Amino acid sequence: MKRCLERLYNGLIKENPTFVLVLGMCPTLAVTTSAKNGMGMGLTTMVVLALSNAFISMLRKVIPDKVRIPAFIVIIASFVTMMELLLEGFLPSLYDALGIYIPLIVVNCIILGRAESYASKNPILPSLFDGIGMGLGFTFALTCIGAVREILGAGQIFGINVMPQGYVPVSIFIMAPGAFFVLAILTAIQNQIKINGEKKGKDMSKIGSGCSEDCMNCGEKGCSKRFYDADVKRSEEGKEA
Amino acid sequence: MSELKKVSSNPHVRSFVTTNKIMLCVIAALMPATCFGIYNFGLRALFHIIITVLSAVGSELAFDLICKKKITIGDFSAVLTGLLLALNLPVSAPLWIGAVGAAFAIVVVKMLFGGLGQNFMNPALGGRCFLLISFTSLMTNFDCDAYSGATPLAALKAGERVNVYNMVIGKTAGTIGETSMVAIVLGACFLLLLGIIDLRIPGSYIVSFVIFLCLFSRHGIDPDYIAAHLSGGGLMLGAFFMATDYVTRPITRAGQYVFGILLGIMTGIFRVFGAGAEGVSYAIIFGNLLVPLIEKITCPKPFGRGGEKR
Repeated sequence: MKRCLERLYNGLIKENPTFVLVLGMCPTLAVTTSAKNGMGMGLTTMVVLALSNAFISMLRKVIPDKVRIPAFIVIIASFVTMMELLLEGFLPSLYDALGIYIPLIVVNCIILGRAESYASKNPILPSLFDGIGMGLGFTFALTCIGAVREILGAGQIFGINVMPQGYVPVSIFIMAPGAFFVLAILTAIQNQIKINGEKKGKDMSKIGSGCSEDCMNCGEKGCSKRFYDADVKRSEEGKEA
Repeated sequence: MSELKKVSSNPHVRSFVTTNKIMLCVIAALMPATCFGIYNFGLRALFHIIITVLSAVGSELAFDLICKKKITIGDFSAVLTGLLLALNLPVSAPLWIGAVGAAFAIVVVKMLFGGLGQNFMNPALGGRCFLLISFTSLMTNFDCDAYSGATPLAALKAGERVNVYNMVIGKTAGTIGETSMVAIVLGACFLLLLGIIDLRIPGSYIVSFVIFLCLFSRHGIDPDYIAAHLSGGGLMLGAFFMATDYVTRPITRAGQYVFGILLGIMTGIFRVFGAGAEGVSYAIIFGNLLVPLIEKITCPKPFGRGGEKR
């Protein structure tokens, strides 16, 4: 159980997919025009992430190494299709707002990244919690970005007016450039917190990865090795042919 | 750079041209346009200018203090940015708009990229485009005490006749500093005589723009139409004072011609085919983004390199 909680903390704070790993930028920039859209996107991704992580973890001993990516994609795409149909049926307004970005969850690199680096080599329960943690981190980040953009760009949060009467909305923030401004500023603030923590003597330099290793100094058994091995194998096969 | 000592053995040529002297000259050259703007639009224009300049200098000072950097407001570049931005505001806009735009121009466009010399885009124009996108209705409302209704360029686009004489003098609606072609050219001549700017960029910009109009505007070679386009909108201010910004123009000579021609073509496309009546700001900003590529293709070859291969 402790390991499951650690996974949640890891996804939400230590290895936040948006602010720390900088993954899944396409939905992050595109759908965060309001806090509601950001949260909807985050939660949809979280459900897909948790279920696909659990499923892939279940099948990790069945899926052959060479075709693992297509196999992962099939599993993820099935869950995304389910989510898409559910959203269309029960939350049509959110479905319309997110549009093409719902089917695009299939190619969201957070999901494939977690499948590859965590779920495909860990037991089911931690994988499920890893998915939930990562999804919560993603939801948290998207809601933050969406909230800031909505407050500045429309004077509202979750559709409720919060700014004083005379406030003129800075509409650039709900357009595409605003996404980059807000993401950059929030990431900068987050880095500043980390730097301040380091100054106080806390060790914050080591950002653990899904394989509970330090990605920067990853040795033999990490995920990079697997990619590397696959490449070597391919080139050797090419030589033989 | 003045603190750099022991560079090499003497003799040294000493130049008295420093960054802040150049900036002061450009500010002085903008004075005719500024004064005409205040005369034309009244005291409110002066308030706009003061607020925008103070905000530009204040935000640079604040950024330097917060980031514990050397205070750089002494080079007057922030004053120039603020002044240029103020000249690009419509007088009827609320007074806070210049302050917001100047803070954005200085902090985001200039200081976050490393301060003067590192910015990839003209800060004043970056600020103006930020305001234009954010507060479209406020920034394109040119109604004021002196004039009401559309700018001459918008009228021209709608197919109406415009009074070219008034446009050259500057007695029309528009932003604070852009209306008077005479005042801007007067200041530009001062800069040209001092050698601070040269005619490469403005010349190729204006000539290519005129050629574009003759070819594509469906008016043929109509002197009235061309004169109205040249004196209307921000073309003159942009060509002489913004496109020639030392930081964001190409450094190679050939590149400056390419840059000017690109700006002329883009301004023509925006004005003739675009949805809006004006396109100088966006043309110059796009041009700024292309500067590294222009420099790459126009980089002169060192002697002895890249000759004919046999």
